[in-house]
Amino acid sequence: MSPNRKVKRRRGGKFEVRLSEQEGLVLRHVAGQLREAILTGTEGPALRRLFPPAYVDDPEKEAGFQALARDELLESRLEALDQLEAALDEPLMDAERAAGLMRSCNALRLVLGTTLDVSEDDEPVLDLDDPDAPTWALYYFLSSLVAELVDALAGDL
Amino acid sequence: MTAPSPAEVDQPTGDTEVAEDVPWVVIVWNDPINLMSYVTYVLQKLFGYSLERATALMLDVHQKGRAVVSNGPREKCELDVFRLHEHGLWATMQHDK
Repeated sequence: MSPNRKVKRRRGGKFEVRLSEQEGLVLRHVAGQLREAILTGTEGPALRRLFPPAYVDDPEKEAGFQALARDELLESRLEALDQLEAALDEPLMDAERAAGLMRSCNALRLVLGTTLDVSEDDEPVLDLDDPDAPTWALYYFLSSLVAELVDALAGDL
Repeated sequence: MTAPSPAEVDQPTGDTEVAEDVPWVVIVWNDPINLMSYVTYVLQKLFGYSLERATALMLDVHQKGRAVVSNGPREKCELDVFRLHEHGLWATMQHDK
């Protein structure tokens, strides 16, 4: 196991997520932005990626599904953001909070990746001449954090 | 998400009656963002699939562009789609043809 890992399994079904102060600040900031966007219902492809359709060929059934599911999905996303913030406050957490943190980090990846128009072929190499380089750096950071959380949580399956 | 109560479910009418009896399938579509390990994990967690089965489905999604990950009555499939959406997977449902 690499000593650089940020996520570690601990005794008693606990998980420890150690981020640097800067990483924590950035994550808290973008999580706050996502919460704001979700609450204000900001329209755009990035947010639409978080609230996708269930029925693509049936507008009537789709409307029925959204009437039932949309508010619950919104609540679920906000709860996962609560878990992320709690995880930043206290590095030692149970599996449920670690899963919420993972889900929120993945939601942030979906939003950033949609904005960046990520393709399958993108290599995780920063092009510093790219004006989007800071966003790419954040995207790659979230990728490695999600990968570590998946590794740790998969031990419980 | 709670499954819709029977009263809220559209009652089959006339020409759709036969179609409504056909089972539904839940499809996960490929996207360039979700990590392969994450997709595998979510399929294991939500559906109780073995690592082997979840990996095979993930690879189908990745290589063929889509995979059927579950099936059943409409209400069950709507719940599955909802849980997949909660986890950020691009899932839709349609009649099994």
